[in-house]
Amino acid sequence: MIDRRALLRLAAGAGTASLVAACGWDGGNAVRPLLLDISRFNDWMGEKVFFSKNRLAREYPIAERTALLPSYFISPTMPMLENPGAWRLQVGGLVREPQSLSLDQLHAMPRTSYTVKHHCVEGWSAIATWHGVPVSAVAERCGMLPQARYVRFDSFDSGYSNGWDLASAMHPQTILAYGMNDNPLPPTHGAPLRLYSPTKLGYKMTKYLVSLTFTAERPGGYWEDQGYPWFGGV
Amino acid sequence: MTAPSRPQAPPPPPPPPIPAVKRHHWIVRLTHWMTFVLLAGMIMSGLQIYGAYARFGERDGPLYPNPFQDHGFPKWSRLGGWLAGGLNWHFTLMWPFIIGGLLYLSYLAASGEWRSLLFRPRDIRGAIEMQKYYLRLRKDHPPQGKHNPLQKAAYTFIILLGVLSVVTGFAIYKPTQLSWLTALFGGFQAARYWHFWAVWIFTGFLIVHVLLVFIVDPASLRAMISGWYRGRFPSHD
Repeated sequence: MIDRRALLRLAAGAGTASLVAACGWDGGNAVRPLLLDISRFNDWMGEKVFFSKNRLAREYPIAERTALLPSYFISPTMPMLENPGAWRLQVGGLVREPQSLSLDQLHAMPRTSYTVKHHCVEGWSAIATWHGVPVSAVAERCGMLPQARYVRFDSFDSGYSNGWDLASAMHPQTILAYGMNDNPLPPTHGAPLRLYSPTKLGYKMTKYLVSLTFTAERPGGYWEDQGYPWFGGV
Repeated sequence: MTAPSRPQAPPPPPPPPIPAVKRHHWIVRLTHWMTFVLLAGMIMSGLQIYGAYARFGERDGPLYPNPFQDHGFPKWSRLGGWLAGGLNWHFTLMWPFIIGGLLYLSYLAASGEWRSLLFRPRDIRGAIEMQKYYLRLRKDHPPQGKHNPLQKAAYTFIILLGVLSVVTGFAIYKPTQLSWLTALFGGFQAARYWHFWAVWIFTGFLIVHVLLVFIVDPASLRAMISGWYRGRFPSHD
């Protein structure tokens, strides 16, 4: 008969040893798939349990804006359009009428402005004002089909992209932002157009947008495909 | 007459065996060691995550005092390898950590064991006596139940710290969806700060806990493994 005491000691020892062996390590090929499975479960929890369609993020007074909001891009140099006048946002996928929208057309659509806290996955936070058109208004304009379950956002920043669940994309505070702190969106923050929402971590908010595609299949994303949580909701 | 041979001294009787008492239910032992391993993983992956922004406070805002400001932790103390790895470990281990904690608390509630663990106002006097004993102001060990009042204070505190670390964790995890919770801790950066503090209190507790086990009552270690206690403090409630 196996000694139960010895077995317990072995289990405790093995658990500790495996942790020690894991130091500074991402889990290797054996553990990484398990961690990613749990991450999928956390995505589901994020969307179905924690996320509320109606809860609005707290808004702050303009006086509380952060002077300098850090900005990231993945290209070696800041992505800039050679011919900004020719830029169009392509809206397609599972829609009745695909669109090609100019900045002027977006400006003419319903406008949302708010001053909210930005949460970065790294742990910092900062407050800024954003101005733009709700993604839900774009979905209405192009006649989003009922089969659409996700939205894919693509950029001209070396192929950076993000995939979103539809519920988060349709949240009233999820906007395509063309303005920041009462000014046009600066190139550091994704000019001419970026995705913004106080319900998501910074890396989910695609900058330098070129297209928005409604899909039935879950789109990946630049950081998401490397292991960052896909849902990324706050 | 010959002198009577010197009677041989009889060997001293063997000391009476210390009666073994059943001390820890398997749920307590399981959740104890589970929590030990999981907490180590939570802390190590947490230190990995901390390195991505090693300070506390809004951008451009005042920072909370932090001796580890702008310093990452050594590789041996981190789990995950990089930020995403640390996050995935942290957000995986948090579930068994929470489930183990709930299982333990349910057992305490259902079995009535909470009575011998929860520090209540009536334990204050006993705690003072116990403290006097440790400070050599009192010679005899005060009578106690399964745990002395200072142990009760320590175990009650560490359970509360576990709860606090989980709740501040959720405040950081979902600062928009659970904004009321985040606000309760003073905001996102403050919640991060308290979450980080919990690490050092857990670490301090662990060091003292292990030292006391080996210095005062090594038999309690075996009891936490096998469930049976054969040590100096067998009295029970």
